[in-house]
Amino acid sequence: MRVTIVDYKSGNISSVINSFNEVARDKVNIEVTSDLNKIKSSDKVVLPGQGSFKGCIDGLNSINGLIDTLNEFVLDNKKPLLGICVGLQMFADVGYEEVETKGLGWISGKVSKIDNQNGKYKLPHIGWNQVNIIKESKIFKNIENNSHMYFVHSYEFVPKDKTVTAATTDYSSNIVCAVEKENIFGTQFHPEKSDKTGLKIINNFISI
Amino acid sequence: MLKNRIIPCLDVKNGRVVKGINFVDLQDAGDPVEQAKIYSDGGADEICFLDITASNENRDTIYEVVEKTSKKCFVPLTVGGGVRSIDDINKLLNCGADKVSINTAAVQNSKVIEDSSRKFGSQCIVVAIDAKRKDDGWEIFTHGGRNPTGINAIEFASKMENCGAGELLVTSMDKDGTQSGYDIELMQKISSIVNIPVIASGGVGTLDHLVDGIKSGASAVLAASIFHYGTYSVNEAKQYLASKDIPVRI
Repeated sequence: MRVTIVDYKSGNISSVINSFNEVARDKVNIEVTSDLNKIKSSDKVVLPGQGSFKGCIDGLNSINGLIDTLNEFVLDNKKPLLGICVGLQMFADVGYEEVETKGLGWISGKVSKIDNQNGKYKLPHIGWNQVNIIKESKIFKNIENNSHMYFVHSYEFVPKDKTVTAATTDYSSNIVCAVEKENIFGTQFHPEKSDKTGLKIINNFISI
Repeated sequence: MLKNRIIPCLDVKNGRVVKGINFVDLQDAGDPVEQAKIYSDGGADEICFLDITASNENRDTIYEVVEKTSKKCFVPLTVGGGVRSIDDINKLLNCGADKVSINTAAVQNSKVIEDSSRKFGSQCIVVAIDAKRKDDGWEIFTHGGRNPTGINAIEFASKMENCGAGELLVTSMDKDGTQSGYDIELMQKISSIVNIPVIASGGVGTLDHLVDGIKSGASAVLAASIFHYGTYSVNEAKQYLASKDIPVRI
């Protein structure tokens, strides 16, 4: 099996690469690339994302044909994709970080700033928070409810259809922190930085 | 609920831990990778490396340390010490650091913080503030606490938030090394004025000091000596905080 981590020069992905290599060992071939043919022919794709929503979308757009390739992979071929952090946020129709920016539109909804309730909540939301698993998801197999995951973000994904939400976390409000819609998976937290539980989630994705 | 973080810090010089845990069963007590792994297995919420390598020719040793550590530790890794430019930040992130802490360069040229937070995202830019009491406030120092600047620490903290820093690592120079507790007033002042997380540093000698640090409004507490010398393990610290009703990840 081949799992591809999309390298679109958007933020620091070495931790993502390290964690997937740790989990995959010799069983699975992990490739880091922006080569469209390699992405097309892989079995699973990981879409990381750091920095701003706009920065990441610009990064995808800077590689000719990448968004079309991802659309085909996810929407036509229905192969599994995992978005991490801004990688998940980009599933939305629109994001409001810096300026209004069109997203990939795979899961209808928007990405807006977390309400800090007049300074009551510090932003970014940085650190370990518990996940409240609200629907059975393949990536949460053998993950205990209320496990701690590592978060770093100031914006949240607000999906229109609440049934895509796999888990929420409590920070100012119930923030969507994991989604599953058919073959599309996403985590707002960083499984690659969430110690053993995070590695288990990565293993679950690889094992789908 | 978001948990308060405990961050053990390791001083690294020429690629070796100079102040580290003194465990007899350590195969190589000077190996930063092994020490970081002990901390992360023990429940550390993040690991911090402070590179105190003085000579320029040995500067590159930290990159190898970061690269090896990030392949073994799957909790966030912050690296500070001698970070001067966008290029330095880029190299550390590429080696596997998750955050970079910047001190002198942030004071000399705040544009480094603006540019780096825009380029890499605020989440990986930590500004380290070394502050010392002066008159009725605090003055910040650069170059590892050697050079006074005349700049007010509270105003500087606010400025760094506006420049795009994701977190502030605040060290009291009066308290550092004394084991008499954080400068609580300093932590309170800065935590209340900024809307980004503050990491309290400098002066921890007992577990109650960690409790006081969190109560001052800091989101995370950093400590070196109490963990280095094996006075307490990270896990013992967390159990203690939990017993004082402070939310921690256990």
